[in-house]
Formats: sequence, C-alpha cells, structure tokens
Amino acid sequence: MSETITDYTNKLTIPKPEENFRHPMEAYIRSERFPHIWCSSCGIGTILTAYISGLQKSGLDPEKVAVVSGIGCSGRVAGYLRLDSFHSTHGRALPFATGLALGNPELKVSVISGDGDISAIGGNHFIHSARRNMNLTIICINNFTYAMTGGQAGPTTPIEANSSTTPYGSYEYPFNLPFLAESCGAVYVARWTALHIRRLTNAISEALLKPGFSFIEVISPCPTLYSRRNRLGTGLDSMKFYHDTAIIQHGAETREVDIEYQQKIIVGKFVDKEKPTFTEARDKFLKKKLGDRFVPYRGPNHGH
Amino acid sequence: MSYWRVPLDIQDIKIPKGDIHIIIERCKGCKFCVEYCPRNVLEMSTDYNPKGYHYPNVIKQGACVNCNLCELICPEFSIYCLEGEAQPPDPDEVLRKGGNHES
Ligand SMILES: Cc1ncc(C[n+]2csc(CCOP(=O)(O)OP(=O)(O)O)c2C)c(N)n1
Ligand code: SF4
Ligand code: SF4
Ligand code: SF4
Ligand SMILES: [Mg+2]
Repeated sequence: MSETITDYTNKLTIPKPEENFRHPMEAYIRSERFPHIWCSSCGIGTILTAYISGLQKSGLDPEKVAVVSGIGCSGRVAGYLRLDSFHSTHGRALPFATGLALGNPELKVSVISGDGDISAIGGNHFIHSARRNMNLTIICINNFTYAMTGGQAGPTTPIEANSSTTPYGSYEYPFNLPFLAESCGAVYVARWTALHIRRLTNAISEALLKPGFSFIEVISPCPTLYSRRNRLGTGLDSMKFYHDTAIIQHGAETREVDIEYQQKIIVGKFVDKEKPTFTEARDKFLKKKLGDRFVPYRGPNHGH
Repeated sequence: MSYWRVPLDIQDIKIPKGDIHIIIERCKGCKFCVEYCPRNVLEMSTDYNPKGYHYPNVIKQGACVNCNLCELICPEFSIYCLEGEAQPPDPDEVLRKGGNHES
C-alpha cells in the first residue's frame, strides 16, 4: 500500500487501495469511508455516480464546485464526495448553500438531499431560493418518505401509501415537486428516476451549467422502509417498476405531473428558460440606482 | 431464411470492447448490473463476498461493448469497465444475429 494516486486537483495524494484505484470515479469519492451507509439496492448510490458523471461531463473545474446536503439517508451524499462538501443540518442545506454561493460567486454550488429535507422542514428555504433565482443546482432524491428516521409520511408520500405514521395508508395531499419549483421561479426543472441513469447524468450536467435555480427531482428506491411497508419488493423491483411505468414527456406541464400511488411517473425536462439570477438582477438594479458608486462584489479572490 | 450478408468492409468496422473489473468486497448484491447489462455479460455468483452478498461474475468474456452502464448504475462503485482493444465483428456472429437489432 505504499503507492499513491493523485486526485483531480493534483495536490492530494491518496493511498492507492490495492485493486480499487482504477475505478474511474475513485478521485471523486471518499472511498476510505466505505462501505457507505446505504442499504443493498437503495438508489442513492446510483444517483451519486450520476452526479459525478454529470459533473465530469459538464467540464466544470471540480475545485470550483461545492456540494451541500441536509440530514437523511440522502443527506449522506456530501460526506462521500471528495469535493468541498458540507453536511449541514436538517432542512438547512439551501440557506447554507445560498450563503456559500453569495460569499463566493465563483463557486457552482449544488444541493443533494432528500424529499423531506428539501420540501418539508426545508420547504420555506426552497420556495424563497427559487423565487430569488439563486445560482444553485438542487438534486432532490425523492423516496416518498423520511427514510433515515424510520419511514414516516412526508410531503411527497402518495395517498394510499403505507408509512410508519400512516399504518392504514396516507390521506394527505402530496406535493408535486416540479410544479412547486416552477411556480416559485426555477429556470430549469426536470424529473428522472434512478433507472434513467444516462438521462439523469445529462440533466445534471445541463443543470450545473445553467445559471440560476435548477431543480432535478430523482425518484429513488427505498427498499428497506418505503418498499417494505408497501410490499413493493427490492430496489431492483422498483427499477423494473420505473421501467414499466415511467413516461418520458419533455416539456410536460408541471401542473400535470403529479405522482399517484404506484401509477405512471411522468419524467423529462419540463422547464428550461432564461432569467437573470439573483446576483445579476441585484447588480443591474443597484448599478442603475447608484451608478459608479456601486461596486459589485466579485468574491474573496477579488479585492475591492 | 436470412437476407443478411457479411458486410464487405467488415474488417474496417470495429466493435468497442470492454474489460470488466469487479471490486468484489464492495458489492452489496443489488443485481442492477446483471439485470441492465445490454449484452448479458454478467451473472450473480453463488459464492458470498466478505460482507455476505452474492456478487457479479463475468460469464460472457468478450461480449462486453464498454457501454459503462454497469459502472453508472452500480450504487457501490464496485464494478467498472475500461476500454479494451476494439475488434472487427465476427462474421459468423453477424450472420447468426441478422444485423445489429438487439438492444
Ligand atoms: C431539526 C431536526 N428535525 C428532525 C430530525 C430527524 N430527521 C433526521 S432525517 C429526517 C428525515 C429525512 O428525510 P429525507 O430528507 O426525505 O431523507 P431520506 O432519509 O428519506 O433520504 C428527519 C425528520 C433532525 N435530524 N433534525
Ligand atoms: S433506509 Fe431506504 S433510503 Fe435509507 S439507505 Fe436504506 S434503502 Fe436507502
Ligand atoms: S460495460 Fe456495458 S456491456 Fe460491458 S458489462 Fe458493463 S453493462 Fe455490460
Ligand atoms: S450493481 Fe454493483 S452492488 Fe449491485 S450487484 Fe452489481 S456490482 Fe454488486
Ligand atoms: Mg426521503
């Protein structure tokens, strides 16, 4: 184990794990922390490979990319990425990411977190970051439940689905996340499943290159809690279900893409439009008001 | 009866080939790679890895086309494919399959 490999920054040397060193994504993962916590046939690991692959495809300099997660099974993604990554508190991934993006406008900041983290406890941050068109890429891993805490019902749990807090099935109206994102002002909105791995990779790369608030919902198997309580089988069974029921409909009206329990899942790129970001709008506005007195903030590497 | 013939330029056509690497101890036996490999290159082992899971074995050495799907879909970073030397298609295989219709 004396040999080492150099990571993408050419600065860090990582001890070369016996046989593993050639995995093409090795430089992007903290494999010294493996095995990761995700259950067998959970979809979160697959979404992590899609993120790395989308990042590679985007051509962005990984040193200028940061990833923020909240709390949950999905929230563990940040801890396994060998990037500047932050495991923040439950629901607060977006405000943390907003701070990072405003403090260092040269960074491309992504949030990768769960449906509960982003749309329940973090729902308020979500609507306001979208409204302001913050320069953030949000990857919301939707497994229809609060998985980490034992499979409770949350804002995306479909009516009829069993959960540990709805033992006879859920009766609450769930969120349609793409509709929510678009209504609040997101400029890029897509939905894929963990099975649509190549399309998801492309969407992630597009979203990373899109200035402003981009949102990708990824439907993901949770065999241990959501599927077990609903007798839906393994993660592979969920993948087969996505294969049979997902309908690709680019440009679909987001108000029509609700997900009903074990019914069709409409996937695709729904929104891709241009709009000045928070920072662009601010700088333009203040320049108009203040003229030369206004000096736009360019980040920690650019003195005033 | 088959209308397929061996293309005249068969020697110039190259089919990509891949070398599969499996990091057995990382695998958690989800079967995603086995199920979604378009060339059915893989099969689950009957053996267990140190974590107690069945892991994939290569059963059709040479059939892999380096599409990297297994690598992308694997949640455990436990399988990957590197480019092998591209080969001209096997004329017998072209005739048998009647062109490249699958997947
Ligand atoms: C302030 C606070 N409230 C509640 C919790 C408990 N908690 C941890 S994870 C979680 C839900 C996670 O659900 P989701 O974001 O969908 O992630 P998943 O585990 O499903 O991937 C909750 C409620 C917490 N950690 N902090
Ligand atoms: S509990 Fe569900 S979401 Fe969490 S790691 Fe296991 S399968 Fe994945
Ligand atoms: S690279 Fe493609 S063809 Fe080769 S084993 Fe993997 S999925 Fe199969
Ligand atoms: S996809 Fe990965 S974890 Fe799943 S069976 Fe194949 S090698 Fe193992
Ligand atoms: Mg969840």
